[in-house]
Amino acid sequence: MDLDFAPEDETFRQEVRAFIAQNYPKALRDKQDKGEEMTKEDYFSWHRILAKKGWATPSWPKEWGGTDWTPTQRYIWSEENARADTLAILPFGVSMLAPVLWTFGTEEQKARFLPGIRDGQVWWCQGYSEPGAGSDLASLKTRAERITGDDGKEYYLVNGQKTWTTLGQFADWGFFLVRTDPDSKPQAGISFLLIDMKTPGITVRPIITLEGGHEVNDVFLDNVKVPVENRIFHENQGWTCAKALLAHERSGIAGVARSKRNLERLREVARTEPADDGGKLLSDPFFKRKVAELEIDLTALEFTELRTLAGESSGKGPGPESSILKIKGTEIQQRLTELALEAAGHYGAPNLRGLGHNFGPVGPEEAHGVAGAYFNTRKTSIYGGSNEIQRNIIAKMVLGL
Amino acid sequence: MDLSFTEEQTLLRDSVAAYLGDRYGFDARRAAIASPTGWRPEVWKAFAEELGILGASFPEEMGGLGGGPIETMVVMEEFGRALVVEPYLGTVVIGGGFLKRAGTDRARALVEDIIAGQATFAFACHEHEARYNLARVATTAKKSGSGYEISGRKAVVIGAPWASHLIVTARTAGSQSETAGVSLFLVDKAARGVSTRDYPTVDGRRASEIVFENVTVGADALIGPADGAWPLIQQVTDEAIAALCAEACGVLRKLHEGTVEYTRGRKQFGQPISAFQVLQHRMVDMFIQVEQSVSMSFMAHIHLSDSADERAKAVSAAKVQIGRACKFVGQNAIQLHGGMGMTDEMAIGHYFKRATLIEGEFGSVDHHLARYESLSLDKVA
Repeated sequence: MDLDFAPEDETFRQEVRAFIAQNYPKALRDKQDKGEEMTKEDYFSWHRILAKKGWATPSWPKEWGGTDWTPTQRYIWSEENARADTLAILPFGVSMLAPVLWTFGTEEQKARFLPGIRDGQVWWCQGYSEPGAGSDLASLKTRAERITGDDGKEYYLVNGQKTWTTLGQFADWGFFLVRTDPDSKPQAGISFLLIDMKTPGITVRPIITLEGGHEVNDVFLDNVKVPVENRIFHENQGWTCAKALLAHERSGIAGVARSKRNLERLREVARTEPADDGGKLLSDPFFKRKVAELEIDLTALEFTELRTLAGESSGKGPGPESSILKIKGTEIQQRLTELALEAAGHYGAPNLRGLGHNFGPVGPEEAHGVAGAYFNTRKTSIYGGSNEIQRNIIAKMVLGL
Repeated sequence: MDLSFTEEQTLLRDSVAAYLGDRYGFDARRAAIASPTGWRPEVWKAFAEELGILGASFPEEMGGLGGGPIETMVVMEEFGRALVVEPYLGTVVIGGGFLKRAGTDRARALVEDIIAGQATFAFACHEHEARYNLARVATTAKKSGSGYEISGRKAVVIGAPWASHLIVTARTAGSQSETAGVSLFLVDKAARGVSTRDYPTVDGRRASEIVFENVTVGADALIGPADGAWPLIQQVTDEAIAALCAEACGVLRKLHEGTVEYTRGRKQFGQPISAFQVLQHRMVDMFIQVEQSVSMSFMAHIHLSDSADERAKAVSAAKVQIGRACKFVGQNAIQLHGGMGMTDEMAIGHYFKRATLIEGEFGSVDHHLARYESLSLDKVA
């Protein structure tokens, strides 16, 4: 057991670092720095550059575009991306749907959908939660009935409402959980459907979150006709796909590398912001202690993640242990935004959203938007299975209680 | 010893609650904070004329109703429950707090204007380099003729866009962090040399960055003794912090009540989520935090008339409890509402945002812990 990187890993790190430095779009960097809202093209721009290089989907099977990197290389990859603060690759297609496709999809489905995900050509969104089915996802009611179309082909006619659909306003396609058998047990009557978001009968309505952003949406489905061949896996066995997807969603959720980057940023802020005594905040014993505690917490999570990855690399998929990563990862992300807001002092209060670029900054640049980030990050302990649900999973699946 | 409210105080609470229930609903507030001005002068007028609360805490000889800290506490708690944005704290508690002790004719006349709803105040006391230390004042006031000339910058002055007058801390002597040498000035916001940049705050209020450039004021602009305003600043900010604590109690109660109500109605796994023990215990812990906070708000208000050290100790202790409660109760209220708690559409998030800013207003938990330590523990040691 050691932490040393082999010379070839160091070479790899240099290669990755140089590639990011030379290829990361400058326009994207500027938008990020200014905190501007991203367009669909912005979101895809870095993805497409990586796709050309063959690096957009490192964790995929080699035949579909994976890189066959070692766990160490993948670790270096995420470290370097966090270090350079690159825009994260959207998870919906690449890390949520794709594993379902290559595990449960037919060869035809894989060939039809995986390349568009890999190359950043098709934007996917998730249709899981419903107003009445959140933590209790299996109680979902969106109904899909088999019909024969006028063209003689078989379709599902889908009716219902999905909610919390992240960035659904940009989506070309969505993966949906729908009820195909209303009479069996909740988990047993669900199917996994891929739906073209341009199909007539789909309405996407924004949900504005408490910091004022538009990230999530309601999706209404009104007599939406979906070809039967868009179903993944067997009818009424979509829950199996859903569970696999949720485990993958959780394993990526720890966000260790990004949190390390944000912690570094917090230290920078605390080095420049004033303390009550005229010194710097990082010399304030109270604040320093909190940063140290958080750093230790993050170190523990990093090693827990490394141990989980090591388990994965020996052939085990992400198991219920990934719930630990979700709980601790999101708690740390939240704590980071909490301390950033605290560091900003008075300048946490201004809300410059909507005032336009001509308004100019108020207070130090690093204070800009910290309150919004704090409010927004409260979602992380709610989404992807709330942290209460994650504790239930560990209690049942790991501790056997 | 008596911890009960008088009949008059109960009546005051009921009339404020009834007015706000009627005229200060969530949607009305939402429309007001999104409007260009961000507040409702007609509400302020009603505070003065219909409710008479702008004069509740001023002595009768100044035209007030002769109430004190407990009346302010009662009003502020109701304001917290309704998320009132109008500048009562800045105008009545802080502006009025300074003016009623200033002893000048001009100050007395302004108190009358406050009570009548004609004058509004903001306290320009924060500077970026000072964080929460109000004695670190870089803004200067230099003798000029019979008056003074003020120059400097103030940060995040809450309520300034709505204020007719500012009360400004400025250094007339001493080095940057000395408490001696700080003076207080009354400045007409329309005075020459005062420039402001106004913006909204994340909790739905308005604030300004203010630059004072050779602003000349007369001798009667001075509040309290020249170079020696620090004790008065401490006293009035302690009163303001106590009032904020009362407001927080209203906010916390609504966060807790709203969460209990939501979890009773929200069904998952075939039952209301309030039936899950882990959520019940969380809501009990929230409840304990709310009750402890209300207790500390009472405690702080009762000690406001004590010696400076006793008062400061009580107020800082209350702010520590309440700052922590704002975080714990606020965060868990959102968590237990699930995704719904994240939406702008539900009131709960707006209470959470107010609670979050109260946490840092006039000093964070760390700031007040340090102040408490220096007043309590360091002296014993």
